[in-house]
Amino acid sequence: MIFSIAARELRGLFLSPLAWALLAVIQLIMAYLFLSQLDTFLLLQPRLAGMEGAPGVTDIVAAPMLQTAGFLLLLIAPAVTMRVFSDERRTGTLSLLLSAPVSMTEIVLGKFLGVLLFFLLLLAMLAAMPLSLYTGTTLDAGKLAAGLLGLALLLAAFAAVGVFMSSLTEQPVVAAISTFGLLILLWIIDWSGSGREEMSGLFRYLSLQAHLESFLKGLFSSADLAYYLILVATFLILSIRRLDNQRLTG
Amino acid sequence: MDSKILISVEHLYRYYGHHCAVQDVSFQLAQGEVLGFLGPNGAGKSSTMRMIAGTLAPSAGRILVNGTDLLDRPRLAKSDIGYLPEQPPVYRELTVDEYLHYCARLHRLARGRRSQAVERAKQRCGLGDVGRRLIGNLSKGYQQRVGIAQAILHSPAVVILDEPTVGLDPIQIRDIRALIRELGESHGIILSTHILPEVQATCTRVQIINQGRLVFSESMTNLQQRLVTGNVLLLETREAADSDSLRALPGIHSVEAAGPNRLRLIFEGDSPADSVAALVGEKGWGLVELALDRRSLEQVFVDLTCSENPADEEAA
Repeated sequence: MIFSIAARELRGLFLSPLAWALLAVIQLIMAYLFLSQLDTFLLLQPRLAGMEGAPGVTDIVAAPMLQTAGFLLLLIAPAVTMRVFSDERRTGTLSLLLSAPVSMTEIVLGKFLGVLLFFLLLLAMLAAMPLSLYTGTTLDAGKLAAGLLGLALLLAAFAAVGVFMSSLTEQPVVAAISTFGLLILLWIIDWSGSGREEMSGLFRYLSLQAHLESFLKGLFSSADLAYYLILVATFLILSIRRLDNQRLTG
Repeated sequence: MDSKILISVEHLYRYYGHHCAVQDVSFQLAQGEVLGFLGPNGAGKSSTMRMIAGTLAPSAGRILVNGTDLLDRPRLAKSDIGYLPEQPPVYRELTVDEYLHYCARLHRLARGRRSQAVERAKQRCGLGDVGRRLIGNLSKGYQQRVGIAQAILHSPAVVILDEPTVGLDPIQIRDIRALIRELGESHGIILSTHILPEVQATCTRVQIINQGRLVFSESMTNLQQRLVTGNVLLLETREAADSDSLRALPGIHSVEAAGPNRLRLIFEGDSPADSVAALVGEKGWGLVELALDRRSLEQVFVDLTCSENPADEEAA
């Protein structure tokens, strides 16, 4: 049941020009970034060759690229998630789901999964670029895998926040802006209070970006994994509660 | 009534803030019944239907679908319900076939039965040749039919249709009414409408709801009898009839003019239609119409919904 809803969600995305436009734009920008990063590496390569323990191609090309991708996807994620529930409410199709023998949890998970699948597809297309380097050199596969996993978790968090925001309003644009606002806030939250130790600890833990960084360094820590999973679970549970509540309040 | 009770609504209440939209509504729906829900705008028709369909939670009360409590076991109860909301819940970007297949999956029809169910629903709603078209490109009437197809797709025990004939042309309306009557033989149907003749054409039972309360509930056969006001004959003739000679007939109490060449004959005892017809023939006035005067459903509706105090004939 979850998969049927997810499949329709994904199909709905690809039936509008939005998904295609996003894929094309992201791919274009990332390809440009990738090539310029590659250029830098080729420039530095003679000097790096002489150094002991010098950063490899994965550090110089793949990691910065994935980092930028994370921020870029933050900008476009709201555009993907904004319609998830708000459109269904506006056009009245939500009552189809609500009157069907489907639980609220299945509806929310289906929607989340649909969006996540789209993001993972996007990620697969981005991953193809650093992977293409395998034709000429060898990469640090572990580091790259950790980076991709980190980005996938980040995207799952975007999707969960977006789904929740979309369940709050009938206006897709309002959903997009509030998703964007919350994501940006979570992204930059560790910028403030960096002077004082006791404050920055909490803020740093809340930051989306800080947890991504350790993944990009090739560090797979269960604390970071837990952070993203808790974030996703929290917002999905909030969405379920929100929809249940809507049946009560009309 | 010995047929199976499909829906049983008990003391249903619904508040929106302080406003009470549905107030102590109780009724039952048996298999083979087509229940017409009438009421002015904002009377609580849609709210009641949404609560039965499970898209709105009641503030108080109980709804049993086929013996299953809708609030306790929603999934089981909802599988027996097909619901068409006021606005057909269609995805404009899907084709009719894709949409109906998706609905079939949502209603957990087994993979093998889906195509058959979709074909059957399409054929019943006259959607045979638009299967591959995008719903967004179809006219309002066709979208409405897709909505109805969606509601009957999984052959639910109860079909709830909120104003199903809105936006349809007269021929489609006739088809849909025929479909509703056909469905009504094997399922239970709840139907809301503003169109009073529609109720008379399709329903076996009528309920009128006003200001959130059920003010009238009667089966169609009883209603037809009640609509006969009793001792009034309407007479229309081609040429002006002489009221004095009519009054002279046995049984006629008084005669009133009711328009050009139309008279209202108020009688006592058995209907004197025979002797009136004979007199009209004898005098050569030319009989156009002779009938018992009936109140229309519209009058009943207006009487019940326009009065300041809700009528005392509260439904059981």
